Amino acid sequence: MSDTYSSLVNSPIGARIAGALGLPKPTELRRYEPGAPIVPGPVLLGGHGAAPLAVKIGAVLSTHNVQVLSDPGQHRLGAVILDLSEVRTPADLESARAVLAPGLKALGKHGRVIVLGRPPFDGHKDPALGAVRRALEGITRSVGKELRGGGTANLVLVSDGADGAIESTIRFLLSGRSAYVSGQVFTVGATGATAAPVPDSWDRPLEGKVAVVTGAARGIGAAIADVMARDGAKVVCVDVPSAGDALAKVANRIGGTALQLDVTAEDAGARIVEHCARFGGIDIVVHNAGITRDKLLVNTDEDRWRSVLDVNLLSILRMNEALLGEGGVRDGGHIVLVSSTSGIAGNRGQANYAASKAGIIGVVETMAHEEDLAARRITVNAVAPGFIETEMTARMPVATRELGRRVNSLSQGGLPIDVAETIAYFAQDASAAVNGNVVRVCGQGWLGA
Amino acid sequence: MTTTVRKVAVIGGNRIPFARQGGAYAKASNQDMLTAALEGLIARYGLAGERLGEVAAGAVVKHSRDFNLTRETVLGSSLDHATPACDLQQACGTGLQAAIYIANKVALGQIDVGVAGGVDTSSDAPLVLSERLRKSILAASFAKTPATRAKALAGIRPSDLVPAQPQNSEPRTGLSMGEHMAITAQTWGISREEQDELALASHQNLARAYDEGFFDDLMTGFLGLGKDQNLRPESSIDKLGALKPVFGKGEGATLTAGNSTPLTDGASTVLLGTEEWAAERGLAPQAWFVDGETAAVDYVHGDEGLLMAPAYAVPRLLARNGLTLQDFDYYEIHEAFAATVLSTLKAWEDPDFCRDRLGLDAPLGSIDRSRLNVHGSSLAAGHPFAATGGRIVATLAKTLHAQGPGSRGLVSICAAGGQGVVAILEGA
Repeated sequence: MSDTYSSLVNSPIGARIAGALGLPKPTELRRYEPGAPIVPGPVLLGGHGAAPLAVKIGAVLSTHNVQVLSDPGQHRLGAVILDLSEVRTPADLESARAVLAPGLKALGKHGRVIVLGRPPFDGHKDPALGAVRRALEGITRSVGKELRGGGTANLVLVSDGADGAIESTIRFLLSGRSAYVSGQVFTVGATGATAAPVPDSWDRPLEGKVAVVTGAARGIGAAIADVMARDGAKVVCVDVPSAGDALAKVANRIGGTALQLDVTAEDAGARIVEHCARFGGIDIVVHNAGITRDKLLVNTDEDRWRSVLDVNLLSILRMNEALLGEGGVRDGGHIVLVSSTSGIAGNRGQANYAASKAGIIGVVETMAHEEDLAARRITVNAVAPGFIETEMTARMPVATRELGRRVNSLSQGGLPIDVAETIAYFAQDASAAVNGNVVRVCGQGWLGA
Repeated sequence: MTTTVRKVAVIGGNRIPFARQGGAYAKASNQDMLTAALEGLIARYGLAGERLGEVAAGAVVKHSRDFNLTRETVLGSSLDHATPACDLQQACGTGLQAAIYIANKVALGQIDVGVAGGVDTSSDAPLVLSERLRKSILAASFAKTPATRAKALAGIRPSDLVPAQPQNSEPRTGLSMGEHMAITAQTWGISREEQDELALASHQNLARAYDEGFFDDLMTGFLGLGKDQNLRPESSIDKLGALKPVFGKGEGATLTAGNSTPLTDGASTVLLGTEEWAAERGLAPQAWFVDGETAAVDYVHGDEGLLMAPAYAVPRLLARNGLTLQDFDYYEIHEAFAATVLSTLKAWEDPDFCRDRLGLDAPLGSIDRSRLNVHGSSLAAGHPFAATGGRIVATLAKTLHAQGPGSRGLVSICAAGGQGVVAILEGA
């Protein structure tokens, strides 16, 4: 799907007109290429107090030849990492301003801002502590809206004891994998594990893993399969039999396998488990299959209501029973669901769809607290895509489509690969302490934020 | 070297839905369809980038440019391009004969794994120059002087420019297959009602198989088609009974468009290999390919029916394997026409035929008809000639696997030229 507006305002003449009129000027985003450096420029590290997280990150970055600075000087920065894990009262926020003001000024194209903090409420009884910790979200989200040139800002809340498990998240946010993720709050160690292994290769973090992707024949699902395979996984591509030829193309392109089934079938989960027996089990499940049957609620018949809930939500609950049972997902596995910003903000004409996608968030929140899964070190997270350029959005009316593309901090639609990259990050063993997250891949969309 | 015969596993199969002539695949070539079927097989079993022992397939209706159809298909597939391939052709027996060829190589230890397949198009059929035009052009191309070349071309007449139409008739009798079948049906006294009942069962069985998701791991959609285009789930005895006979003459004419297979387009593939090869990939054999037999009858000078060769092949195969006709859980008898199946069954029940033609002391006897073509056959699915063998082998293997180890199935396929190819599969 070509974004005509983007090409126009990025042409020499178009850029001048857009500048004169104050029109948004989307920057082509930096996307991940295997072997790319962790971050394209020096990293400014700052914070409050001892800034223990920043110290840890600095040590890791230094060993990978990333230049770490405490003062931007004349450098064009690749990223600013701000550790506010030790703030105690709102007055401490001056530390944030003191680092960010010069840091943002020196931030280069496609720059990254990562703010680190502790969960606002983790059992303490101090309103000032709750206030300052929550304030970080306001700072990060505002910075995200101020950044230009394809820059992003995200907040990572690290629970006590999980300081050693943040590398996958920091790497994800610094890299092009997070191109379309901005204004988001990540939690590390909030539920489940607080430690995480380091992969043999950060370029192939899914090496040797078996990943099941539903709805893999096209669009976002095909991109998920591609990214999983690129990262080293053996991918089982699942889709309905009627999409079989497209599914086979995806599977053969990535050296995976195709499994034709309707996810709403009673035995869908059991058949996935049976298919994966040839690989000895399952490490990753991505519940991506979904449909829309849009109508204003007053015009929505029972069939439109039921089918969307059945495919998008009930099928996941049914399949999980088998997938988490005998011969299914192995200990230390990862389940990733696909929600939607419609599930967060609601959307006109999508009450059925929003119900299913909000329901997915409920599934994640519940499963992330299940003791049995915690004992098996199985993580459950979700992505919530915003406006993504797919065949589905290409069919939207022009005005709706243009609005969808522009009303976000990056002034453009995301690509299927952006959703896939976030899912692949959740699917890493290195993300073992990332559990119960719902991360929007929406370019910091302004709707429902 | 010492040669030991190894067990051959049918690991799985894949076909594309069969389309009616001029239907969904009207613009697809044999290579397009065979590639689609092969790609679906590769995807199901994760064979991308693998070098297989061999791929053998063929087509009955074939362009001369497709002399290396199967190898070209492999080169256009996701398999390791170092996978060799060969084309086989034995009319409607092509697909099953390809399976026997691959199975034999696996059994003898020449290869560990291979694919057998077949494809046919009745839509993208070759048109042939008229014989006079062809001869004139060839003469011109051999001419050494402009004058002789001009003379050769001057012999061409406007009527020569009309291409020869594709024919569906036996070269030695000039009769179409349907006309031959009508004669056999009359010989065996096959009634119209019996034929229509068999056709209806074929549609009902195939429709039920689709409803049960039976084909989810046997088929991959192609060009928007997800099911066999010829399938008529709503067919009935009344509807079939209302059709006018198309083959045969007068009162005794019983063959209609409903109880004869239509011209169709499609392709199928089957993955055959050793148990070890499958186990290394975590794949479970569906069935064992036990044995195959090919027979031919003299329908030109003898008085046997064109499509009766399987009636001869099966007793030879049974004798070699020490089995009786009743020792099978499932029978897959290709429905070229409903009357083909019925004539064959009648012949096996007939003491005279079994004694005089087959040289048996007693008739082979009847079969339990509830075990016949239980997931539908060619009358409902259609019959792209060379693709039928692969369809049947993969379908039967899955059926036997569900039935359990030791279950047994018989395949019988008649072919033009008075030939028949039959095989035994055993559940794994």
